[in-house]
Amino acid sequence: MELFLHQVIAGLATGAIYACMALAIVMIYQAIDTLNFAQGEMAMFSTFVGWQMMQWGLPYWGAFLATIAVSFVAGVAIERVVFNPLRDAPVLSHLVVFIALFAILNSAAGFIWDFTIKPFPTPFGTHPLFGNGLISAHDAGMIAVSLIMLALLYVFFRYTRIGLAMRAAASNPDSARLVGIRVGWMIALGWGMAASLGAVAGMLIAPVVFLEPNMMLSILLYGFAGAVLGGLSNPAGAVLGGFVVGVIENLAGTFIPYVGRELKLPIALALIVAVLSISPRGLFGTRLVTRV
Amino acid sequence: MQKEATPTPELQAVAPAVDLDSVAHDAVLPIAWRRVAIAVALTVALALPFVLKSFLVFQLTMAMVYAMAILGLNLLTGFNGQLSLGHSAFFAVGAYTAAIMIENFGIDYYWTLPAAGLICFAFGFLFGFPALRLEGVYLALATFALAIAMPPLLKATPLEPWTGGVQGILVTKPDAPFDLPLTSDQWLYFLSLGVGLLLAVAAANLVNSRSGRAMMAIRDNPIAARAMGIDISFYKTITFGVSAFYTGVAGALSAVVVNFVAPDSFTFVLAVGLFVGLVVGGVGSITGALFGGLFVLFVPNFAEQISKGLAGAVYGIILLLLIYAMPSGAAGLVRLIAHKLAARRR
Repeated sequence: MELFLHQVIAGLATGAIYACMALAIVMIYQAIDTLNFAQGEMAMFSTFVGWQMMQWGLPYWGAFLATIAVSFVAGVAIERVVFNPLRDAPVLSHLVVFIALFAILNSAAGFIWDFTIKPFPTPFGTHPLFGNGLISAHDAGMIAVSLIMLALLYVFFRYTRIGLAMRAAASNPDSARLVGIRVGWMIALGWGMAASLGAVAGMLIAPVVFLEPNMMLSILLYGFAGAVLGGLSNPAGAVLGGFVVGVIENLAGTFIPYVGRELKLPIALALIVAVLSISPRGLFGTRLVTRV
Repeated sequence: MQKEATPTPELQAVAPAVDLDSVAHDAVLPIAWRRVAIAVALTVALALPFVLKSFLVFQLTMAMVYAMAILGLNLLTGFNGQLSLGHSAFFAVGAYTAAIMIENFGIDYYWTLPAAGLICFAFGFLFGFPALRLEGVYLALATFALAIAMPPLLKATPLEPWTGGVQGILVTKPDAPFDLPLTSDQWLYFLSLGVGLLLAVAAANLVNSRSGRAMMAIRDNPIAARAMGIDISFYKTITFGVSAFYTGVAGALSAVVVNFVAPDSFTFVLAVGLFVGLVVGGVGSITGALFGGLFVLFVPNFAEQISKGLAGAVYGIILLLLIYAMPSGAAGLVRLIAHKLAARRR
């Protein structure tokens, strides 16, 4: 039982990271209708930027905030420079551009910071949070920081004018443009925020998986799984999906005998495919109704 | 998708994630010119293995193998509108089928091609059923999951007596039959050329048939297709099967050509590579598959030659430039140029 609890909590901690990634994916999906396959590499690159700042002597939280800012600007820049010209290109071309971005960022990070595995500091420490060792301080910190981020985003989208404008731009670009919202810049803003969110996820998970150019690959996949499980049209669902995937992943790895460890990722993915074939738009997605 | 339903029906017809411009039928060149072009291309293809170095012949063979897999993917994505990022899985099943048949059962390699194709057809057909319920990116993700799951499955302990686990299987390289004066590489080149032509002609006929038109109608507007009496589930699952058949045959050929199968040759990187080849070659174009195959094989090598450390970045930049320069793929570009030339002559 204690093992079970322990695994659930560890799952929630990694789930928090998946939730951040899932939310970042949903934000870009809402804007351009495609899964951002380069999201993980963007997050990885941001994490390296944070690491570099710490090497230059910035304190952890200073580097943390600076990285978020840099990622935001970079996200906006990628949208403006790479995607804006291809706005009307078919979705398949968008996917290929993401693959190209993936290759560029991955290889550039490897070139600048090489492929050796680097430790990444945690501001929370690795000791257990309480005496019984049920949850480590870093795990608790991961959950806390993620939840704070998610709450901030919720407030932003729910209660600010610009948040409302972004939602309008995503849900109905034509009408939004007619009421004077600059849809293109709203989309770019969404990209910036997704990049920042990825940066947070990257910096929080880096102490666990260590820093190297391929660190975000499986995390991105779990993020996708979470986003799809919750429904790509529903940000809150995507967050919940992220947590669920984290827990499932941990439990499958621990409790399914024989193949659990080796096939942790396939089991999680198979589960998602199963969920999808029962509920094709995710658990909380809205059904798309089209007028004929 | 919270997006409002698109207001105009014309726009809705474009909803499937496929570039429709590139699917226009290639009636651009006059028939006589096309015959000449095909004859020249065939002559060159037949002459190449006698003038090139054997490693280059091997590479061209692999490019043709990839082209076949891309052709299969094209039938699914380009002509039926179902997105797949998981075709490496079918490629792997084909390759392992061939390797196991040859090494464990001592069956001749040429029998393995249809066998691998049929087994993949069954897999693809079955996978087509859950795929029926998924659309667009959801399907892309589900198939991507398939691609991710394949290498660990091949490595899994229970299957090890068959698959050889992480080690994979060594396959003996076949010699040219009937005492033909060809090296093994040359023979495999001609074999792949023959199989590839057969598959390409079959695909062209399929696309131009009643079934092909049904496939494309489903891609363009599923609701209208259903209203015309097309059995959507039937055509979608069968197309998935046929697509997997093509990719499986390509996989089997690759096992024979490379002489080796191992789980790590069939990761999602291969799936993504095939997808990139599809888009770069031209979605919905049968000849485009060959461009795609050449791209998949040669561009990564080329990128590595330019810069070892930044090979990935060079590859990515080439890819970006290609998408900017020819959004509808190489086949689309050729078609565009042909159009321009034809217009000038008039």
